Amino acid sequence: MNLPYLTSLVIFLPLVGALLMLPMRRVSAIRWTALATTTVTFLISLLLYVGYDPAGSPAQPQFVDRIAGWFPGLDIQYYVGIDGLGLLLILLTTLLGPIVVLSSWNYIDRHQKGYYTLLLVLQTGMTGVFAAYDLILFYIFFELTLIPMYFIIGIWGGEDRIYAAVKFVLYTLVGSLLMLVGILYLGFAAGDAVNGGVFTTDYFKLLAYNVPLAAQGWLFFVFALAFAIKVPLFPLHTWLPDAHVQAPTGGSVILAGVLLKMGTYGLVRFCLPFFPNAATDYALWLAVLAVVGIIYGALVSRVQADAKKLVAYSSVSHLGFVVLGIFAFTVEAMQGAIIQMINHGLSTGALFLLVGMLYERRHTRLMEEFGGIARVMPVFAFFLVFTALASAGLPGLNGFVGEFMILLGSFKSALVGHPLLIALATSGVILAAVYLLWLLYRTLFGPIQKEVNRTLPDLNAREVLLLVPLAVFMLWIGVAPGPFLKRTEPTARFLLETVEQKRLAALEQAEQLATPAALRRMGSEGETVQTANP
Amino acid sequence: MDLLEAYRMLPADLWAAFPLVLTAVVGLGLVVWDAFWNDAPPIPWVAAGTLALALLWELGGLSRAPETAFYGLIRVGGMASFVNAIILASGLLTIALSVPYLKRIRHLHGEVYALILFATVGMIVLASANSLISVFVGLETMSICLYIMTGLVREDVGAGEAALKYFLLGAFSTGFFLYGIALLYGATGTMYLPQMAAHLAEGAHPIMFWAGVALLLIGFLFKVGAVPFHMWTPDVYQGAPTTLTGYMAAASKAAAFAALVLVLDAALPAERWQLLLALVALVTMVAGNVLALVQQNVKRMLAYSSIAHAGYILTGLAAGTPEGYAGALFYLLVYALMNIGAFGVMAFLEWDGKEGYEQTVDSLAGIGYRRPLLGVAMAFFMFSLTGFPPLAGFIAKYAVFAPAVKAGLTWLVIVGVLASVLSAYYYLRVVYVFWMKSPDEAPEPVRRQTFPVPLAPQAVLVVCVVLIVLLGVLPGLLEVTASFFPIPAAPPAAATALLP
Repeated sequence: MNLPYLTSLVIFLPLVGALLMLPMRRVSAIRWTALATTTVTFLISLLLYVGYDPAGSPAQPQFVDRIAGWFPGLDIQYYVGIDGLGLLLILLTTLLGPIVVLSSWNYIDRHQKGYYTLLLVLQTGMTGVFAAYDLILFYIFFELTLIPMYFIIGIWGGEDRIYAAVKFVLYTLVGSLLMLVGILYLGFAAGDAVNGGVFTTDYFKLLAYNVPLAAQGWLFFVFALAFAIKVPLFPLHTWLPDAHVQAPTGGSVILAGVLLKMGTYGLVRFCLPFFPNAATDYALWLAVLAVVGIIYGALVSRVQADAKKLVAYSSVSHLGFVVLGIFAFTVEAMQGAIIQMINHGLSTGALFLLVGMLYERRHTRLMEEFGGIARVMPVFAFFLVFTALASAGLPGLNGFVGEFMILLGSFKSALVGHPLLIALATSGVILAAVYLLWLLYRTLFGPIQKEVNRTLPDLNAREVLLLVPLAVFMLWIGVAPGPFLKRTEPTARFLLETVEQKRLAALEQAEQLATPAALRRMGSEGETVQTANP
Repeated sequence: MDLLEAYRMLPADLWAAFPLVLTAVVGLGLVVWDAFWNDAPPIPWVAAGTLALALLWELGGLSRAPETAFYGLIRVGGMASFVNAIILASGLLTIALSVPYLKRIRHLHGEVYALILFATVGMIVLASANSLISVFVGLETMSICLYIMTGLVREDVGAGEAALKYFLLGAFSTGFFLYGIALLYGATGTMYLPQMAAHLAEGAHPIMFWAGVALLLIGFLFKVGAVPFHMWTPDVYQGAPTTLTGYMAAASKAAAFAALVLVLDAALPAERWQLLLALVALVTMVAGNVLALVQQNVKRMLAYSSIAHAGYILTGLAAGTPEGYAGALFYLLVYALMNIGAFGVMAFLEWDGKEGYEQTVDSLAGIGYRRPLLGVAMAFFMFSLTGFPPLAGFIAKYAVFAPAVKAGLTWLVIVGVLASVLSAYYYLRVVYVFWMKSPDEAPEPVRRQTFPVPLAPQAVLVVCVVLIVLLGVLPGLLEVTASFFPIPAAPPAAATALLP
């Protein structure tokens, strides 16, 4: 099944909804339009899941839409499609869409039109990132997500919102603009080599081009920097706690659920296959940074007094696992990393929603203000316990699947499989249990210390409604990850095989280049040295 | 060619250069009209109509094959049409913004519009020059009009200071420029740009030639506001009436850069000056952005930002390739739209000329909610100036940076993008002050009674925003600018006449 324009529809439907909203004046009309748009988008994106053929060649994206000649005279196209990696991330994005709208229903109490418009534009940008098969198009979507998020943090955020918003944009810009230089350089080099001298950013043409070893180093650096800032990889994470804590709940959910995944997605999609030699050479260093992030994030989480900060730092820790899995270069670890991206989106998204619900009730997020509220808010307590356990990696829930596969795959890895490193990474799972159980203990259990907490209302139907889908997916991935893994496996395998092939090809190329030069140096004057290769 | 034959060709030339002739004649007519009926209300609209007519003509001329007119002194069609269209459109948009603004600051003089037309004439001559003589005539016509416009609000100290400073420094740079022309003529024996390179190859006096080139470049760099010849820019931008600042920034930069492109492409072999231009571009980008960081007044901030943008454009020129020049032309169009828009917004947030000179950005806290159109438009302009996709500013940056990377100037582009990160800070600052602060945070509360924005300026802002989005999403225009290059080397046969 290959319906035309389905991918484009999923990408641009939210934008259409945003435009429809512009002439509206009544807040309820705006909210319902936003909800309807995101829900319809999610339902349409389910068609992608249903129609995706797991047996199809992973070298060929499905549901492809392309318009050539977008940039005159250059091989820059509108080229979108779906593969196993993009499919799950797009589904995550579209699933979070209506949930975020619902979670903002009462929380956003001013300038609603602006908020929902930006939210929908943001969704278009995020979906486009995961579907783009042209590097310039990818870059445009990547940057398109910045502006709405800047406003969402800056207008509807907390006390230090402006500082956080500006920091968020500037950090990301440093990385992405340097990456743009890399894209331009790569496009010209690949154009000369494989595209008849025409600048190209077509993903598969770039994949066919073996970047010379000399250029791989700095190109890998600029690409990896851009994505590592987004992930965020320790020590580039300092924007994250600010942005998360200041953002309104909906913004935090999107930030943790989807925006961070753009970084890890970029590493998998572009950094590894484009620059395989550099990626394998630096794999150990990046894995070490990832493990430092895992432990550091967990330890800092543990000492937070603010529940939202705790969840924010836990992202640093969880994303460390993903990066470790990516740079292990084994199929298990890669698949684990992909699944873990989804898991983190679900469970951390849900944690932010839950913390946001507490905040709406008490206008504080300090854990010491709560305690014992499991008795007054049993439904809330159920969801918080469930999500925290999923996030901590309890077997049977989703976090376990991802972390287990990552650790297993990394242990087998020839590049990062140092027992000490993996042991340290594994300790991160224990630390996650420590800070998450600490969160549960401080908020839910024990005696009720503050009188105001006795009368807190439990979750209403809307709040339950937006948590249920997340919980369902957490359980589903935990119990039966098969259908998801089946779709990601060919892609993971293909990417790793490409990496290996291209790594060897680049080495061979370097050798060939070196040989005639060496011969020429040795050859006597006037002698023409014939190269061995025809 | 003898004179008799030359006169016979004159009518055809007048017709070929119709926009130039029309603008000049109507400009003279307006001066006479103003003398008999002081500040006649229809004057601005006659001027606007003239520019609109000329603009339509030039848009039609985009597809015409480039030729020369007036004995090879100026070019028509092709690239000249494109740049002239930018200049004419800037003039047109500026007039629509200026009428209500100048009325509010009580300086609605008829002469202003005549001056805009004369400046436009000068810019057209400059941008379509085919000979160093036309470059000089155009440059001077333009500059003198701009000096007067800068000092329009006479009673304001800032304006007077700015005008005097601009005039003195401008006159000084003109001296360099003229001396450069003289040396170049001495070295090559020709004033025609296309023949200069050939004469150089035939063995012109190299020292005299390169000294001439250096002096000429100083003159150009002064006009485009590149470091270290940028000192006048902040004062002039801050002191001039706000809408006219937008015009100066947009149109004069377009004209001067177009002439620079013509001189570089037609007359000078690229490999010699590439490094020099690259270094100037580097210093300009860094200094412009760093200095803009600390500005409190938006007009002054935009002045430093214009210096930075001159640096970006110079990066494209430093590439020294047709793609680089084409990218620079595209950049000029986008820059004109963004700047006219941004200065237009600022103009309607002040209530007298002094205000524009002194207003700090913090005093505009939360203004976006009270003036949504201005706030939204300003956000678009600021994001586009930063270079965010999918707005035109991104495509423009792409269009100048990509050729530079291709030409091996990757280091320069890296500095350029890092400088744009700095620029994001001050552009975003305007956005967050407009939208994310509450009005109570303003140091002096914004006057409740702000002026309404009439329909014509509203339309101008909307047009600028729409074009910025369109050019950003559909960059097909890049093909048009690329088609102008390489510029036809030899002037058509009929042109070799009269002048040496």
